[in-house]
Amino acid sequence: MIVPHAILATTAMIAAVVVTATAGDILTASAMRQVGDLDVIRARSGIVGAAMAVVTNRRFGLGVFCLALSFFSLLFAFSHRDLSLIGPAATSLTFVTNALAAKWFLHEHVDHRRWTAAIFVCIGVALLAF
Amino acid sequence: MTFRRYLVLAVITITASCGDTFLSRGMKSLGPVSLAHPAALIHAIFSPWVAAGIVLLIGFFASYLTALSWADLTYVLPASSLGYVIMTLLARFWLHERVSPMRWLGVVFITAGVGFVTRGPSYTDHSAGHAQAAAVETPEEVRS
Repeated sequence: MIVPHAILATTAMIAAVVVTATAGDILTASAMRQVGDLDVIRARSGIVGAAMAVVTNRRFGLGVFCLALSFFSLLFAFSHRDLSLIGPAATSLTFVTNALAAKWFLHEHVDHRRWTAAIFVCIGVALLAF
Repeated sequence: MTFRRYLVLAVITITASCGDTFLSRGMKSLGPVSLAHPAALIHAIFSPWVAAGIVLLIGFFASYLTALSWADLTYVLPASSLGYVIMTLLARFWLHERVSPMRWLGVVFITAGVGFVTRGPSYTDHSAGHAQAAAVETPEEVRS
């Protein structure tokens, strides 16, 4: 079976956005878990102390780097394909990949309620394209 | 979840949707920006709507990070996706865009998804070990 080049290219562009966005979200969430409750840190060290605790975390830096990569992948995809295809496809798929990655890497307790929510939001965001 | 934490989730939702809408409103009023003239983008940053949008999006990121420090990613993302609903309402009633029935159906799905996740616990406690990964309230919530 021969897959047309255009379909492969579109899939690769969407995959690049989804993978980098998921990596960014997971790294950022992991960083915030390492840093701890910001409300407690702010009460102890003030808002500057809380900001320093976040920006000096290496995972946070990596997460922001991945989110920046995701943003530029999205801009690149927009310059080649329609906004109405790339936007909803990338955003909605990211909800599902985030749920999978959060379960595997962050060991979050993703029960049926959270799966249902992720899938409902994924379908809802996809429908917003119409 | 305390009332204050629900408030942080509301701030995420409102700042994200209003920030994006303000950016869209500002860029539409400025007209198309050509990549051949990148200086126009710098000029755009100082227009009132775009500047207000950027301030709101900075507020969004700060409150998003705050929420991630006491709630799971799989809780925060769906719970704050109500922003898409607000964005659709703003597009319809403020920017006077046409919203199709399929988009309204999308709004219903998102609202239902938010309803599902916010009825459950917000945080997975890892202190009890991964095998017994149970979602529980944090000590502060137990006290409140």
